[in-house]
Amino acid sequence: MDRILFGDNQFFGVNHMSEEKARAQAMQFKDTASIMRVLDIAYENGIRVFMCTTYDRVGEIADIVRANPGRYPDFQFYPCMPYAHKYANSVGEVGIIETIRRFAPGGLMETMIKGAVSAVTQDIYKLMEILVDSEMKRFADVKTPVVFVQNVVTDLLLGLGLDDVFPAFAHHIQRKYGSEAGFITMNLPRLVDVLESKGLRNPIVCANINKIGFRMSGGVDAYRELLRARRCRAIAMSVFASGAIPPKEAIEWVCGLAGLDSIVFGASSAANIRQTKALIEQAWPT
Amino acid sequence: MTRVGLIGAGKMGISHYAILGAHPRVKVVAVCDSMSYVTSALRKHTGIETFKDFRKMIETAELDAVFVATPTASHFEAASHALERGLHVFVEKPLCLDPAQSARLAELARQKGKANQVGYHNRFIGTFQETRRLVRGGAIGDVYHLSGSAFGQVVIRPKSGMTWRTSKSEGGGCLHDYASHVVDLMNFVVGVPRDVVAAQLRRIYSKDVEDAVYATFRYADGASGHLETNWSDASHRKMSTTIVLHGTRGKIVTDRQECRVFLREGTEFESYRPGWTVRYITDLQAPVAFYLRGEEYSAQIDAFIDAVEHGTAEHENSFASASETDWIIDLIQKAGQERS
Repeated sequence: MDRILFGDNQFFGVNHMSEEKARAQAMQFKDTASIMRVLDIAYENGIRVFMCTTYDRVGEIADIVRANPGRYPDFQFYPCMPYAHKYANSVGEVGIIETIRRFAPGGLMETMIKGAVSAVTQDIYKLMEILVDSEMKRFADVKTPVVFVQNVVTDLLLGLGLDDVFPAFAHHIQRKYGSEAGFITMNLPRLVDVLESKGLRNPIVCANINKIGFRMSGGVDAYRELLRARRCRAIAMSVFASGAIPPKEAIEWVCGLAGLDSIVFGASSAANIRQTKALIEQAWPT
Repeated sequence: MTRVGLIGAGKMGISHYAILGAHPRVKVVAVCDSMSYVTSALRKHTGIETFKDFRKMIETAELDAVFVATPTASHFEAASHALERGLHVFVEKPLCLDPAQSARLAELARQKGKANQVGYHNRFIGTFQETRRLVRGGAIGDVYHLSGSAFGQVVIRPKSGMTWRTSKSEGGGCLHDYASHVVDLMNFVVGVPRDVVAAQLRRIYSKDVEDAVYATFRYADGASGHLETNWSDASHRKMSTTIVLHGTRGKIVTDRQECRVFLREGTEFESYRPGWTVRYITDLQAPVAFYLRGEEYSAQIDAFIDAVEHGTAEHENSFASASETDWIIDLIQKAGQERS
């Protein structure tokens, strides 16, 4: 994995610190071209990986990358699925069964009668594959070396004890797309224990890792120990804790952790991208 | 170990299940839902015992507590039955459609001495807790007006009426869904209004229920309150709730992420100085042992389990406080009907 990855929260009105900032960013990035301009700057600065939630508009970005192989020879997506609010809003609106019918690919479910759809929901592995394939359609013919499960789903499965879905996802992603599975979580120590117990050794994971311990359930010390023992290939996200830690201090702390593989960060301007990249390279010499 | 049974395996039921499942001192032993496809999938993949009838579950599963996350219209039946059988009870919000039933549940819980909590999770968000602390501590002087709002996208097109949330008789509609949260939050921060002066229940897309609620409150000390909620606002990615308080010595604007405090010249409160002070969730929220979708969802369950373990019926978000919220919801409903 690359050491520096580019994130997407800033493009889609997600800001864990301020709804005003989130709204301002949603306005700034109201069209795909404005997102692409920032991605181009990141790419030109040597950041090749875009770690992104599977919003519909990310499909438009994939279209651009696919259509311009000469311009983006090394551009990689790390898709993070699903965009949970899409499903959650839909479940609230039309219920579970209708939601599955709505989002299953290619009219597969539309033609099914209700009984057949509910039979599919019984087989959560089949259901997982159908939904994953539906999300992956956007990324046909672009590079997706790692495909992530979003934290709300990872942690839901973890809490429900549906542990066998993790290896099932990993096998499906490997078999069908030749990609490696990754898991985003807010409960890293617990997750790694479960993944190991299911035979997923040294898994790719992504979690909040920051100096103030913000949303690091299980505690900073447990995270530190997990990394030090190299039980996972970890990507640190939310290293600035949404701006609660000054950039230099935040980067120096996270780069000082033994056993960390990568950092993902989001930025909206060329200056911020260059500054953050420089801080990481300075604090984390190769 | 506290043995928990789940009544209702919809969106909130599953969310509670996952958080309870990760709790070190809880064992989720049974799930009950009338829709068999959810329960049978859970039984098949987790081995949990499942039921269609909550009475049967309570009879046979040797439970200490139940979580009721069914449509609101059935809360009273399930919660009163569980309390009568001596169980601790957590109920999703709002408590009941009829405030008289809410009051009866509150009284029953008190008699039985069992933990009784309702899922108004805003009370477990650090920014809102700090706001209450500041207001009650007199930081902004006398509060003469407050407004509470919530916007989000639940119903954003005409053909949405496919779940109980869009059925009035089941407890659907923006009033019981979004507005109940805001009423409860306003109650949490300043107390319960004396009456509802006016209300409008507006339909935008729904056929059977309102999509927006606007209401004006009057408080015993003369303060006024305004509530504005709309679940058909597609500009919000997810539900966003804000409370604004105007006081004689300052103002507070708070949402889930930020608590923004303005104090007038010459006013100080603890470390708060004149002018704006912004405090963030990163600073105000205590960490939780297991995080699913916001610290507050885990924190409210931790608080309930603590109450179960200590055998106390007195705690945050009790049936008694939720029945005050139901009373105001009912007044809004009545005031809204008079107008339409």
